Amino acid sequence: MEPRDFLQPAALLFLIAVFTPILGRYLFGVFEGSLKMPKIFSDIERKLFHYCGINPGIGMNWRKYLFSLLVFNFAGIVFLYVIQLVQGWLPLNPQGFGAVNHDLAFNTAVSFVTNTNWQAYAGETTLSYAVQMAGLTVQNFLSAATGIAVILALARGITSRLSDNLGNFWTDVVRSVLYVLLPGSVIISILLLSQGVIQNFSPYLNVTTLQGMPQTIPMGPAASQIAIKMLGTNGGGFFNSNSAHPFENPTPLSNFIEMFCILIIPAALTYTYGLKVGSRKEGWVIFGVMMFLLVAGFSVSLHSELSFNPALNSTVLLEGKEMRFGIVNSVLFSTITTGVSCGAVNAMHSSLSPLAGMVAMINIMLGEIIFGGVGSGLYGMLIFVIITVFIAGLMVGRTPEYLGKKIEALEIKMAVVAILIQSAAILILTAAASVLNPGLSSVLNPGPHGFSEILYAFSSAAGNNGSAFAGLNANTPFYNILTGLVMLVGRYGVIIPVMVIAGNLAGKNISPSGAGTFMTNNFIFAVLLTGVILIVGALTFFPALCLGPIAEHILMKQGILF
Amino acid sequence: MKTIMISIRLLTAMTIITGIIYPFLILVLGSTFFPYKASGSLIEFNGNKRGSELIAQNFDSIAYFTPRPSASNYDPLPSTGSNLGPTSRRLKNNIDSIKKSYTSFNKLVGNVQIPADALFSSGSGLDPHISLENALLQIQRISDARRLNEAKREQLIKLTYGILEKPSAGFLGEPVINVLKLNIELDKL
Repeated sequence: MEPRDFLQPAALLFLIAVFTPILGRYLFGVFEGSLKMPKIFSDIERKLFHYCGINPGIGMNWRKYLFSLLVFNFAGIVFLYVIQLVQGWLPLNPQGFGAVNHDLAFNTAVSFVTNTNWQAYAGETTLSYAVQMAGLTVQNFLSAATGIAVILALARGITSRLSDNLGNFWTDVVRSVLYVLLPGSVIISILLLSQGVIQNFSPYLNVTTLQGMPQTIPMGPAASQIAIKMLGTNGGGFFNSNSAHPFENPTPLSNFIEMFCILIIPAALTYTYGLKVGSRKEGWVIFGVMMFLLVAGFSVSLHSELSFNPALNSTVLLEGKEMRFGIVNSVLFSTITTGVSCGAVNAMHSSLSPLAGMVAMINIMLGEIIFGGVGSGLYGMLIFVIITVFIAGLMVGRTPEYLGKKIEALEIKMAVVAILIQSAAILILTAAASVLNPGLSSVLNPGPHGFSEILYAFSSAAGNNGSAFAGLNANTPFYNILTGLVMLVGRYGVIIPVMVIAGNLAGKNISPSGAGTFMTNNFIFAVLLTGVILIVGALTFFPALCLGPIAEHILMKQGILF
Repeated sequence: MKTIMISIRLLTAMTIITGIIYPFLILVLGSTFFPYKASGSLIEFNGNKRGSELIAQNFDSIAYFTPRPSASNYDPLPSTGSNLGPTSRRLKNNIDSIKKSYTSFNKLVGNVQIPADALFSSGSGLDPHISLENALLQIQRISDARRLNEAKREQLIKLTYGILEKPSAGFLGEPVINVLKLNIELDKL
């Protein structure tokens, strides 16, 4: 290994740690309304509120907040579905793509609204520029804003006293887009353009190659979509091969920028959360647990990837990887994109070594709380915090409390529902698809790897990740409809319980902390939390992983091919 | 009802702001500050556009440097990798046959270690780069095919080293060689 192999991940994680408090403080100012915005922005905001009929000052209880969220997301799904069906009649369609199939359009609409960005289609041969921009790019913003809204509501629920006010959903969405995601995306777009990411509306270009063969080069407004794809932890590529495509990720520097973008908002939100609950240490403890799990996963992946593969008789496995990134950057990206609910890929996960592929799967199965999606990572982690506090309470025989709020039966029930519903969706549907013909006929690789393809697909859908073991032909009615439904269950099956918890906590009083209070801002708690996450994950998924990547690893070590 | 109205209006407004104004703003910025890159880094040679420096082309002639294998046969529509797994017999067979053809194509003798990038196909199928080792192994074959004299051959080796892209900022990424750029220089030789 070269020194730069250590330097690249170290530099990235260092920069994340440095920018976490900076962006975190900014986000706090934006959402608390304490930061004064430039007049042009506040004018746009006011006009927007006026046009939409939003009264930004009006607080909502959890039912109203959740209802607004669901209606808004449903409207997004309907619009995105319809726009794909009518794309033949819309402008900015130089290749003349016609209507997308119903099942694929449903899958894609759900996929982008739920921040999954699972792609059963190939962008460059399916979708027009108009649909990519006005359809997909928009939901990249709005699904990220939805995630931020939910974590804001939960944080307010935890910190408010005997109230039912969780804030205003519309205000939270508008501010997330106008003050965070949009300016960020403009900056990132410019950086990506400087590296060679394309942005144009030209028709695909027919060239005669240097040796005299015909080649058609796709074009399109990629930079604007890729910026928000990374920053909003969406992960839906403009092109089929996502961030492995040279037009999406042309240089090692663009790759570094993209990895930074995946991590930065979820990381910063931990700091924002610390400020909101009045103790930055609470935020840093969560940040620390996330960082530990990320580094641990990366280490396992990298070790596995650099080990000898007797089956292929090779140590340097470059299948599915790009030369400009090399192995270290490919594995770093695969760990980050799955820990964070991004799902963009710069190397084909299906061709990773078995244990590196398994780390990617585990990261998703744990609920994508290793920084996790924008907003969704932190509210997912707080579910585990509640479970941990409960278990700690059982151990010492006291009513569990979190930040002065009593954790009672309803909170625990909801937390368990949030965790179980994703796991159940993954395991039941993987089992079903593994024995049904339409499930099996899509599989590319024989042997345990084929099972991993199915397991990965449903994990990715339920976790709203979007990456894949892409050998699986997912563009069939069977997979389009099932993964589409699982994405809905995985997204709203967590958001709904979280909102119930937020509403319930908001109504409670905050009891002062005393000598017997179980502290959640110290090292012991961090260890306990890590343990709970790993034990819950291991107990749920170890059997399934044994049939897939673990079996493949053992057989590979014996030199067996399928 | 009110919630539905707000939803529709907000969705409309956001579609205009983030779905139309924002991409057009980036388009204007791109074509103003990075016109070459924003339009695809297209390479012109003798007055014709001959492809993008970022997108691999198929070179199978003995007179050119060959790129990495491609699962999509260098067709960008759509870009794709093989997605073959680490215990795939098909992958193993592919590697074995590429090993043979690479050895005979480049007239390698003895037990030469073939660099991994020459054996494994890339993630996008469009990887424009190869390793330095891969390029150096091809020079003898190309010199023979083009009947380059010793001086020209030396020049080609220098050219190959000269075109090597070092890791950015000294530590990001891997050292690589852009095949299309190198082949264009080769034609100028």
